[in-house]
Formats: sequence, C-alpha cells, structure tokens
Amino acid sequence: MSYIVADNLVKKYGEGETVVSAVDGISFKIKEGEFVGIMGESGAGKSTILGMLGAMNAPTSGSLRVADIDIYSLGQEQRADFRREFLGFVFQSFHLVSYLTVIENIMLPLAIIKAGKRKKREMAEEAMNQVGLSGKAHRLPSQISGGEKERVAIARSIVNEPPVLLADEPTGNLDTKTSHDIMELLHRLNDEGMTIVMVTHSPDCAGYAQRIIKVSDGKLVGYYSKKYANA
Amino acid sequence: MTLKTISIRNLLRRKGKAGFVLAGLVVGVSTVVGIFSFVEAMTSDINHKLEQYGANILIVPKTENLALSYGGLTLGGVSFEMQEIQEQELTRVRTIKNSRNIAALGPLVLGVVNVGTHKVLMAGVDFKAAQILKPWWHLKGTVPQENGVILGSESARILNLGIGDRIGIRNKKLVVSGVLQSTGSQDDQLIFTRLVTAQSIFNKNGRISMAEVAALCKDCPIGAMVKQISDVLPGAKVMAIQQVVKSRMETLAQFKKFSFGISGVILLIGSLVVLVTMMGSVRERTDEIGIFRAIGFRKRHIMGIVFMEASIISGLAGIIGYFTGFGVAKAALKVFSENHSGNVPFSFELAVGAIVTALIVGLISSAYPAFMASRLDPNEALRSL
Repeated sequence: MSYIVADNLVKKYGEGETVVSAVDGISFKIKEGEFVGIMGESGAGKSTILGMLGAMNAPTSGSLRVADIDIYSLGQEQRADFRREFLGFVFQSFHLVSYLTVIENIMLPLAIIKAGKRKKREMAEEAMNQVGLSGKAHRLPSQISGGEKERVAIARSIVNEPPVLLADEPTGNLDTKTSHDIMELLHRLNDEGMTIVMVTHSPDCAGYAQRIIKVSDGKLVGYYSKKYANA
Repeated sequence: MTLKTISIRNLLRRKGKAGFVLAGLVVGVSTVVGIFSFVEAMTSDINHKLEQYGANILIVPKTENLALSYGGLTLGGVSFEMQEIQEQELTRVRTIKNSRNIAALGPLVLGVVNVGTHKVLMAGVDFKAAQILKPWWHLKGTVPQENGVILGSESARILNLGIGDRIGIRNKKLVVSGVLQSTGSQDDQLIFTRLVTAQSIFNKNGRISMAEVAALCKDCPIGAMVKQISDVLPGAKVMAIQQVVKSRMETLAQFKKFSFGISGVILLIGSLVVLVTMMGSVRERTDEIGIFRAIGFRKRHIMGIVFMEASIISGLAGIIGYFTGFGVAKAALKVFSENHSGNVPFSFELAVGAIVTALIVGLISSAYPAFMASRLDPNEALRSL
C-alpha cells in the first residue's frame, strides 16, 4: 500500500501574465520504507515538490496524502504537528542552530514534546550513535566538519523517530568521501524501515535510491527503478 | 532541552543585543524607582518636619469683632457677644473620627497683667502639650510649678527679670523658673504659667481663651478634621493654619506629577528600545525560526521563545533597575534633602512593583516581534526548500 500519494500537484507563483508554474500536474506514489530520489535540472521543481511533501508549501491544486492524511486539509498548526510526528528534514546547508551544541541541536525536536530530561537525552544519544557522532556532543556547529554537520542534521531529523525522512541535496556541500558516508548512513536508515525522499543532482547519490522520479520544467518526465548501487 | 534552553542560549549568544535591551529597561525602571523612592523619602522628610512644625489647628471662641491690627501694630478692638470656651468641652475633640491624628491638644487662657509699670500678656498653658505644640521653645530653667512662670525673651529683657526672681501679679507671688530663648514669634513677648494658675488669676476657672491642636502627621486630613472639630464644638471657631504646609505639599504633589510624567516617558522610550531590538533580533533569526517551524514548532512555541527571552531580560532589568534606582534616590536625597541623611527605606512593594513593571513593559514590547516571528512561513524562511 502507498504511504505517500501525490495526486496532480500544481504549484503556481505569481498572478495573471506573470504566473509561473513551478510544478505542473505531478502525481506519484511512494511505498512505506521506500527510498526515492527526485532528480532534475535546477529550477525543475524538485525543491518545490519536497516543500509540498514537507507540509510547508501548499499546492495551488491537487492533493497530497501521507499515511492516509490529506495534509493540506489540515490547518497550519496541525501541519506543524504533522511535521513533528511524521517528518524528518535534512537540509542542504545543514541549518543547524549556531548557538546550540551538537546534542542540543539534535534535541531540538524534543524541546516541545512531553518527555523527561533523561528520556530526551537518551533519545538524542541514540540518534548520535546511529549517525556516528559519539564524543562530539558538546561541540558547537562551528567546531565540527561539514560531514559532521550533515550527521548532526540527520540525527536531528531522526531523533523523534519519524516514519519519513525528507532530504534536500544532503551531500551538496560535502566532498566525495563524506558524501559516500552520508549516503551509506541514509541507506542504513532506509534499511531500518524509514521512508526516504531525497532531492539530488548527483547521479552517484541517486544511485542509492530504489526509485528515481525525474522532473523537468515542473513536469514528471519519468520513473526509473534502480537497484541499490552497492548492493 | 526545553524552550527555555533555547531562549537562554540565544541570550548568551547575542550578549550585545540582550545587554542593549537590558540597559534600556534598567534605565526606565531605575528612573521610575529612583523618582518613587526620592519622592517618598522627600514626602516622609517633609512630613517629619511638619510634625515638628507645631500646632496647625486653632480653636477660638466665636466672636463678632474685627481685628484692629496691621503689620504688628495693634489698635485695639471691640468685641461683641464674646463667648468663651468651656475647658470641659475640649474633651469632645478627642471623640472625632480622626482623633488618632491628634498629636496634642493645648488649651490656652490669655489675659493682660500688670508687672511693675508694664502691661504684659500672660498665657496659661498645658506645658506637657506645649512640648509638642511649640517644639521651637528652648527653655533656660525649668517648667514652672503652680506658683511659677516662665518668661519670653523680650518680656524678660523689658521687665528686667531672670530665673529665681519673684513677681507680684494680682496679689499672687510667682517665681520665674525659666526664660525662653528668642523664638522670633509672639511668644517672646509673653509670660507663661500653668493653665490653672492663669485661670485663677483671671478668674476664669474652667474656661479657656483658645486651644491649639497639633495634627500634623502623614495623610492628616486637616480640612476634614477642622470640620469634625467644628461639629463637636459648635460655639467655637476652628481654623487651620496650613498655608505653609499646603504650599509645601502642593509643591511636592506638582513634583510628583511631573516626575511620574517623566517616568512614563522614560518607560515608553525603554519599551521602544525593547520593541526595536526584539524586532531586529527576530529578523536576524528568520532562518532559525524557519528551522523551528519546519521541525514542528507551533506558533505558540515560537512566541514562547521570544516571550521567555523578554521575561528573562525584563526580570533581570527589574532587579537591577530597582537597586540602581534605590542608589540614585539615596544619592539624590543627600543632595536635595536638608538634613542630608540620604535615608531611603527598602520597600518590598516597590521592589516587586519594579520587577512586575519591567516584566509588563518587556512582554508588551515583545508582543509584536513575537507575533511577527510566529507568523514566519517556514518555507519562505528556509529558502533551500
């Protein structure tokens, strides 16, 4: 059964003659536990699709269901709750909070949940261990490398164990070796049952996805099912 | 990790901005506290002085005569239907609603006596009440017994009498037990004796010429007390001697109003400093707020962070502002108060008021920035998505 169902998604910006279609009638389905890559040239609409999947960018028309929830029928605050419970985000430029330590950044999604101090710390430490960041808990983002920042971003996105991880160019700012490590990490998380949707330019990264959705000029131009590159 | 952790960490990171907001509020709060403390201390100081001022209510018999004196020159007067007050009636004064405000009640009997070749005004007084009613008296000698008198400085000089001298007044031999130092008042011209002695000399047993009341204390409703005494003594004319008091209190009231106006303006400026700085802070943190919203923070969580920061700074500003204002008031009082005591009592109410005021100003000023922060669209805030 499909976990994510996008039906004829349209996103237009502007009005009248200046209207621009960023996404123009895209439909797709993603199964639970699937690792899907979204590829396309710059301006193709990949990030707009990811924004819509992230319950942060309402489509002009069409519908999007995640876990059978029509997310754009929810109010703004309910969508915030949805993001907290269902989604983890990994951003291209990490978007770590500069004045919080590594462990505090990881614990950010836990700041608003009802759980004891110890429980929150245990969850954060577990996420840190999963991404291989042990021993760096009390460093600030400025004191760690790009690859480590990406790991912190991933740990933050998985700390509250959401079923879906959305990643926007997760290796965009990393060298080849670090990119490979990060993709291995995402692959492992997918193996553990997490549904991952990743926007990428990189064919190497796309190689880790089980399926590629290719978009161009806001339209879906093809599906490519690929086996995991290193399998 | 809670919202409070985020607020505290952010304040520690943006020390300059937090310090600027803190300084703005501290200036506002300390000014208000300083002015409140200063005015309070000045009022207390003036009240203390007024308590030493002596009588401020006169009770005299109702009369139909007009005073025939001008500029210290008395030409005599004609009294019609002059009534005297019965001494016993004075006990009613102690029954008025504001009787607890009466510090002293001094009956006085007056009459003219001949001493040698001089006519002198003699006053029979209650010397115990006189201690409060006439604090400016400095007596050389002792308070007279039943057959004694004390002399005003001028009367002693003119009559050429001193302590231990004897004078004959209407067949009574009286001993001079003391002489008052010059007061610059009419008292210098008088001879004082005990009330009963004077009543006996003037054949006015049980009657008095007038009475003085000292009711100069904090919050004394002088006007109301005059009315209350008039009601219990319908045969007497009750007058308030409060011109000096009134003008000083009015000056203080004007100063109070002016000070409170200035405090309000300073608080307003402080709140604008908070508003502008917090708005700037919110704009700087667009990215960060976008992250918070993207990972599921609700609007109220974002507002909670901003309000938490404002509360921490405001609370701190309230505490620092109170002590700064307290110090400023102490220093100002040393300069402006006549006795240079600089004594400003610690006021728990004012301390709590300062903190609460700072919190209210801080929170109200942060309301708009907090609202704007909560309205940030996470998708626009995070342009990468």
